[in-house]
Amino acid sequence: MPVDIAELESTIRSAFSVTHLEIEDQSSGCGENYLVLIVSEDFKGKTTLARHRLVNEALKIHIAEMHAFSQKSYTPEQYDALCAKST
Amino acid sequence: MFGSFLRSSTSVLRTATTAPTRTVLGRLPISSHYRFLSTEARAQIDKAVKSTPLVLFMKGTPDQPQCGFSRAVVNILDVYQVPPEKIKTYDVLVDAELRSGIKEYSEWPTIPQVYVNGEFVGGCDIVLGMHQSGELETLLETSNIIPTVPEPDAPATPQPAS
Repeated sequence: MPVDIAELESTIRSAFSVTHLEIEDQSSGCGENYLVLIVSEDFKGKTTLARHRLVNEALKIHIAEMHAFSQKSYTPEQYDALCAKST
Repeated sequence: MFGSFLRSSTSVLRTATTAPTRTVLGRLPISSHYRFLSTEARAQIDKAVKSTPLVLFMKGTPDQPQCGFSRAVVNILDVYQVPPEKIKTYDVLVDAELRSGIKEYSEWPTIPQVYVNGEFVGGCDIVLGMHQSGELETLLETSNIIPTVPEPDAPATPQPAS
């Protein structure tokens, strides 16, 4: 079952206070394989596992309808540091 | 009901002897997140999760992974040369019951899943991240799964408190 990218975005935005968001459809259009990058203050003080669990929980219904789902979750500080490093 | 998974696909990395399972991308009907996991099923999974210090639930076998994410985790674990007696892999494609049960057990929606000493570590994204940061090596060392290697010039970078 395909998942709509706009629907995915609105779910993420309503669940987290997002400062930066990237959603990439890696399925060449069939809507079954997504990579999301979420930057949010909500991840502060949480381990990677805890962050992923939060995202999984928020997107539970959508993930169940996909074939593959991959995520990266950063705090704004981490994301800035990451961007600084890669430039 | 868990007979098939307990008997089969207990192969270990590098020395897998299980015949590859032929599946068409393993697209079985998606199980409901809300399905009730029976006490008996939970106990069976609990036993599997704690069967060896390192346990991997994957699609396919280490020699014949049936999914890119599972293959990635197998390749990462390969790097650390985990002794065969310390690791066990379960192919969820040969047991639909296990495939849905393990997701409920860990409350984690995807396969592969890695467990160290009975504790859920994460899926592909997390394991890859831990591999890159050095956390995975540290975890495997402190869990006595692989011997500690002294690295005089490159000490393990401590993770920022996150």
